Amino acid sequence: MKEYFAILMGAALLVLMIPILYRIIRGPTGFDRILGVNVIGTKTAVILVIIGTLFERVDMFVDFAIAYALLNFVAAIVVSRYFNRTVPLHEMEEKLSAARQSRGKVN
Amino acid sequence: MIENLAASIVVQSEQSPGWFLVHSIGMGMGVVGLLFFLGTAVGMLRFPDFYTRMHAAGKGDTLSTMLMLGGFGLVTMEDFSVGSWLLLLKILGIVLFIFLTTPTSSHALMRAAFEDDEMPLGEKDLKKIRSRARGKQAN
Repeated sequence: MKEYFAILMGAALLVLMIPILYRIIRGPTGFDRILGVNVIGTKTAVILVIIGTLFERVDMFVDFAIAYALLNFVAAIVVSRYFNRTVPLHEMEEKLSAARQSRGKVN
Repeated sequence: MIENLAASIVVQSEQSPGWFLVHSIGMGMGVVGLLFFLGTAVGMLRFPDFYTRMHAAGKGDTLSTMLMLGGFGLVTMEDFSVGSWLLLLKILGIVLFIFLTTPTSSHALMRAAFEDDEMPLGEKDLKKIRSRARGKQAN
């Protein structure tokens, strides 16, 4: 019974990943693509546990799932930092001082 | 296949009714997780905006992964040996890790998108979309 349940769960997960793949390929912005990759990467951990159930070596495949979850988290953080448009410090200070001066005039 | 399935169910329930209950609870958790993942997939396909898509993906993905992993942790338990408990503990560790990291990564992505001037849909965009739909209907 366990094997049939695992196979059905894996097939259903595969079918439900098709819309997310569509979003990765089509996605209007780059952030949509990263979001889709993040969702599929999180589901990879579940699929690894399912594969472990089928091979009856869950104790080994759980470690792979931990590694994939960690890798996925680090990838999402790094890519979001990379796409983040950073402002140099002196520009930020100029903006701040300009805002302070305009506020002083109003008051 | 169906006869095999029925036979395995009968054998399992005759051998250990308590374990049959635990496995059923695990399978129910897996099916509920699939339902939440269906919500995520439909939301990522249909929502018009990056932030709404992120809303669907962040919540549904976290809860569905936690439910599916917990369900498989219950399904793979066979007895009360040390290895079995250790396995359940490891799977619960992954659940805790995902509970902490998926909201964090979606928050970081949302922050990056907002600082990159990715604007949410406003009233004007909605009016444009509606007028376009009306034009299509009129044609």
